[in-house]
Amino acid sequence: MGLLFSIFTFIILLAIAFIGAYVEGLHYLFGIVLPYIAFAVFIIGIVVRIIKWAQSPVPFRITTTCGQQRSLDFIKQNKIDNPFTGLQTFIRMFFEIILFRSLFRNTKAGIKENKLTYGANKWLWLFSIVFHYSFLIIVLRHFRFFTEPVPSFVPFIQEIDGFFQIGLPIIYLTTIGITVGLLYLLARRIFDNQVRYISLASDYLPLFLILSIAITGILMRHFFKVDLTPVKQLTLSILSFQPILPADVNPIFYIHLFFVCTLLIYFPMSKLVHMPGIFLSPTRNLANNNRAKRHINPWNSDFKMHYHTYEEYEDEFREVMRDVGLPLEKEEKNVD
Amino acid sequence: MSIKMTREELAASINYKFPKTNWMDTPVVFKKGTYNNAAVPDSITYVNQPNPRKWQPYEDDWKLPENWQTIILEGLRERLHKFRSLKLFMDICVRCGACADKCHFYLGSGDPKNMPVLRAELLRAVYRKDFTTAGKLMGKIAGARELTFDVLKEWFYYFYQCTQCRRCSVFCPYGIDTAEITFIARELMNLIGVNIDWVMTPVANSHRTGNHLGIQPHGFVDSIEFAVDDLEEITGIRVQAPINKKGAEVLFVTPSADYFGEPHYYTLLGYLALFHEVGLDYTWSTYASEGGNFGSFVSHELMKVLNAKIYAEAKRLKVKWIIGGECGHMWRVLHQYMDTLNGPADFLETPVSPITGTKFEHARSTKMIHITEFTADLIRHNKIKLDPSRNDHWHATFHDSCNPARAIGLFEEPRYILKHVLNKFTEMPDNTIREQTFCCGSGAGLGTEENFEMRMRGGFPRANAAKYVNEKYGVNVVACICAIDKATLVPLFNYWVPGLEVAGVHEFVGNALVMKGEKPRELDMRQQPLHGKEEESKNV
Ligand code: HEM
Ligand code: SF4
Ligand code: SF4
Repeated sequence: MGLLFSIFTFIILLAIAFIGAYVEGLHYLFGIVLPYIAFAVFIIGIVVRIIKWAQSPVPFRITTTCGQQRSLDFIKQNKIDNPFTGLQTFIRMFFEIILFRSLFRNTKAGIKENKLTYGANKWLWLFSIVFHYSFLIIVLRHFRFFTEPVPSFVPFIQEIDGFFQIGLPIIYLTTIGITVGLLYLLARRIFDNQVRYISLASDYLPLFLILSIAITGILMRHFFKVDLTPVKQLTLSILSFQPILPADVNPIFYIHLFFVCTLLIYFPMSKLVHMPGIFLSPTRNLANNNRAKRHINPWNSDFKMHYHTYEEYEDEFREVMRDVGLPLEKEEKNVD
Repeated sequence: MSIKMTREELAASINYKFPKTNWMDTPVVFKKGTYNNAAVPDSITYVNQPNPRKWQPYEDDWKLPENWQTIILEGLRERLHKFRSLKLFMDICVRCGACADKCHFYLGSGDPKNMPVLRAELLRAVYRKDFTTAGKLMGKIAGARELTFDVLKEWFYYFYQCTQCRRCSVFCPYGIDTAEITFIARELMNLIGVNIDWVMTPVANSHRTGNHLGIQPHGFVDSIEFAVDDLEEITGIRVQAPINKKGAEVLFVTPSADYFGEPHYYTLLGYLALFHEVGLDYTWSTYASEGGNFGSFVSHELMKVLNAKIYAEAKRLKVKWIIGGECGHMWRVLHQYMDTLNGPADFLETPVSPITGTKFEHARSTKMIHITEFTADLIRHNKIKLDPSRNDHWHATFHDSCNPARAIGLFEEPRYILKHVLNKFTEMPDNTIREQTFCCGSGAGLGTEENFEMRMRGGFPRANAAKYVNEKYGVNVVACICAIDKATLVPLFNYWVPGLEVAGVHEFVGNALVMKGEKPRELDMRQQPLHGKEEESKNV
């Protein structure tokens, strides 16, 4: 049901994209107004989301420890998976974000003749890495459209990405990477029973959106061989807040742009906020130095319940305590 | 044991197929043997919690307050403002499924809602309905659903089918901790009096008498004296066991099961022997006679008030620092919550072992160390004499208890001890130990008779790994440092791996410890003939 709904939503989006691309009168709306709106929604949306998260305090230090703690000096601490200092925590976070370290632990459980088995299962990690890095590099490559003069990292990345010099124009590795990565993630959602069972419409939609951005991009580069000069004119004019609409932009570009804008708008209200979210995750970004350094809960005084004091306890049990010879704080007055 | 299925039948009943119906349209069935009894009104009343009444989960009328939905939703709103963890975990799950087959309850039951991701979705769906625009507008298709009585039933069933073990959190790429979600969901249910007896009654007992079992001071004294007698029987030495002694250097706090349960009791004998041998100036307390904290299974506030006694007692008795015994969730509270909730413990001093001089810098704020840290340090400095051959009748493996593993990272300290007090030690497979350890299946208040089938299911992955080393290497005992493990692994192994025993680390220490002036040891802490001695007597 989630899948169908996603496909349905996607078709509507596609239809809108076509209308925007082929109805000339709408180009101003789709080429200029929408990007401004999308960008604003994206930035404001993410900032608001982060502020909302940040407004809630972290009352307890609930690090998930995945290695040996620091304790006695003859026992070797696992500094990455069980960080004690800020630096070690930084390194842990670095590996989480750059290498998806936790996902790398993934296993697949099975049951055979009443015995459980745990196989290594790195596929999700692998394709996830391929997808995310391709995405990142593609975004960076796009800076050649957003900047004049183009910063030097762009041709550098382009060169590495196009290292194998296959096809003309050269097919970038990341073009293949993002497509294959997305197709794997999508196939997994559709055909793996377990993943399908937990999937919501909002899990398919981002995949469709990003996939259609990738496909329209590929079409522009390799099939329609779109002239990029007017495209760059447009982006630069938008970025300098003096938007002009060049006349000869290929309609397919408008479709590409529409999906990008949709993704930007959708981003802050979707699960894609995992990107900023991962930085704030309290089980990962806190050092496990709980016993060395007190963590403060700003609302600790909201706990109003009174604990049962020793005095109350002794009052209740004084007699039996005296009988067994336990020391007492307060002797009863009328002991005979 | 209240289960009719044989282990073969139970194992055969596990499969990982998925129902035809969407999880939102698959209602919960309260099957006997898979859920816990509701809390009795007296216990709820004693700790002043809402809506005490007689009810049971299988009944149609849970006697909820009129406006129970509002109470829960308001409670949720409040907690979203108070816990960044909750708010973040509600928003960032991508449903990648990496956590799905990591939960022992899923592996043992095959019930999709025991996949951590769906367990969390039970709360997330309600969150979406009331706290997100998409959920408000689009409802089910946006993964949102209204908090109805049927949903509440699912909450009760599945949030009391999570042992808060945090294994899922190890594998989640964002560290989403379903245990945190469970904790808060239980707290929400507690607001309308939906909770279980094996949590609330121990909480009430602990509040009143200082321990879960409701043992009163004289009962406590009796147990300790009994243990001193037994130890004398075994070693020929009568040890001192001071209780409520002012001015001792160290306060010792351990779970109450240690002085009332088996095989916990043998660990207690081990503590007594060790403290005597090294001449530790310490005291027990009848008032803080519980290290465990069942409050941590239902509400942060109850956790706080139960935990408060430890520092209060340390202050009253004017000790310098504290040692904590073998217990799992107790140590989660001591390590991750105590200082924040009830600190600062500025009236105590940074723990320094009076025997080795080691300063336990890592505990400089809480002033409380784990018994295995204490003992490992003693062994390292050759301060105790050990004869590991006295444990030759055991071939041990080590079960990492969830909380010391995933909330502290206490992996090597117990292993270091075991390797010095035992000759035969074999690890279970890598995917089932250390941070990936599997729960006993009965933690977080679920260790009841009435929940027996679900416990056997939840403990299946642990039992499976233990069975592997049992069959392949002849392992005959599972060592652990948790009172709940000691109580629940025994029936678990009786069911899945008959003949496999359970013991605390300090039971082996007690066996191996060569005490000054002891009589030749004939018996181990269980008062069973020592291996070898038995053979000898046969040969004579
Ligand atoms: C700090 C940056 C980021 C990190 C560390 C990160 C990490 C992850 C991880 C670990 C997963 C789970 C594995 C998977 O399902 O692929 C995931 C899923 C996903 N990420 Fe990211 N991500 C980041 C940024 C982004 C961005 C910028 C996008 C694109 C808009 C994105 C899109 C996705 C999508 C669509 C999925 C879901 C894949 C599926 O449905 O199976 N991520 N991310
Ligand atoms: S592993 Fe984390 S992100 Fe993935 S489904 Fe589970 S909770 Fe969600
Ligand atoms: S905390 Fe443990 S029991 Fe709870 S969902 Fe996660 S793996 Fe399962």
